Amino acid sequence: MQTAIAIILFLVFAPIIGGLLSGLDRIVTARLQGRKGPPLLQPFYDVRKLLAKQVVLVNNVQDFLVYGFLVFIVFTGCLFFSGGDILLVFFALTLAAIFFMMSACSANSPYSNMGAQRELLQMMAYEPMVLIVAIGFYMSTGTFSVAEIIASDSPAIWKLPGVFIGFLFILAIKLRKSPFDLSTSHHAHQEMCKGLTTEISGNILGFVEISHWYENVFLMGVVGMFFIHRPWWSVLIAIAVILLVYFLEVLADNIFPRIKWQLMLKVTWIVTLATGVLNLVVLAAIE
Amino acid sequence: MKSLTRSPWLLHYDAASCNGCDIEVLACLTPIYDVERFGVINTGNPKHADILLITGGINEQCESVVRQIYSQMPKPKVVVAVGICACDGGIFKECYNIKGGIDTVLPVDIYVPGCAARPEAIIDGVVKAVALLQEKHNEHKKKESGK
Repeated sequence: MQTAIAIILFLVFAPIIGGLLSGLDRIVTARLQGRKGPPLLQPFYDVRKLLAKQVVLVNNVQDFLVYGFLVFIVFTGCLFFSGGDILLVFFALTLAAIFFMMSACSANSPYSNMGAQRELLQMMAYEPMVLIVAIGFYMSTGTFSVAEIIASDSPAIWKLPGVFIGFLFILAIKLRKSPFDLSTSHHAHQEMCKGLTTEISGNILGFVEISHWYENVFLMGVVGMFFIHRPWWSVLIAIAVILLVYFLEVLADNIFPRIKWQLMLKVTWIVTLATGVLNLVVLAAIE
Repeated sequence: MKSLTRSPWLLHYDAASCNGCDIEVLACLTPIYDVERFGVINTGNPKHADILLITGGINEQCESVVRQIYSQMPKPKVVVAVGICACDGGIFKECYNIKGGIDTVLPVDIYVPGCAARPEAIIDGVVKAVALLQEKHNEHKKKESGK
């Protein structure tokens, strides 16, 4: 029963919260650049317009693959927020990302294909850290189940500070923010048109945007999971940390330029080793 | 449905322009004019754009490119010719390489004269284009439901 309620709440409220976060992102970016920025609800106006436009489909699998992306992102979020297995959640996330990458690959455009290749490289960069997050939670609480992790006596952050910092680092890749917005980005069309989303238009593009909102809410949920434990007020602390982390990501987006994929792989793997792996080794030694 | 008026995405293309009008178009995105307040995004992809902002005249090299970009834009779409060169060829009208303004190859909806066109005039043109976009969408809906 509780599972069903959590799933329904996620299905209904995640796109609303995701869209508001996206609107907040654009306003903060504008203010940091000395501009006024669009209204807070702008992302909803954008999606509403996209859903009303004509679609230019380039082949007969493109829309099916984007629907696959949406379905598996929603599945990931539902599984996570209903307290499921964190490892299964991360694998579902990877599968969703593959669907999105395949829809870009299926088009004949060189921009789209390059975007897909860069997306694969990005996945190579962040997957080790994501798996270390799952392993870290298991090592610190003895379980992979999200429901049990958030019901433990102390927040996971005390035992996993390195893993948390490593996760924040790769979060920039997942949220598509500079310096790691190589495959597609809200701002940059200077490099490869729009990369992954070059050949996607009309309502299919609207669904991609909605999927990104679901994904962002899920990722912020993972950030919060480091702080939530049995007392009810830990949720408030988690929300405050989430807002701070989101602001830092937007700040980084405005400060850093985009880096090349070789540097992204190198830097991300070094950070994964120095923060994530080191944290796990220390944790194993203590216990 | 007012959906289109709140989120007009532009595609800016330089046909055979001297770049003067292009600089003014990009100036609209800077903090002084800030068109993102109106939900305007400068997207580089015709498949994502609603409004085509074209500067400069048409010569043989850019003719087929301009036609292709226009055909790649999903409906409803509006063309705004920015600068006097895009309107009718401007000071290059008599040149042997310039065919004329954009309306020699595309159906232009809004003309924004000027050399270079001022950002205020460009924004005015975009606002008129947004209203026209909404009209075209409503007409299209009526036709669909009429069928």
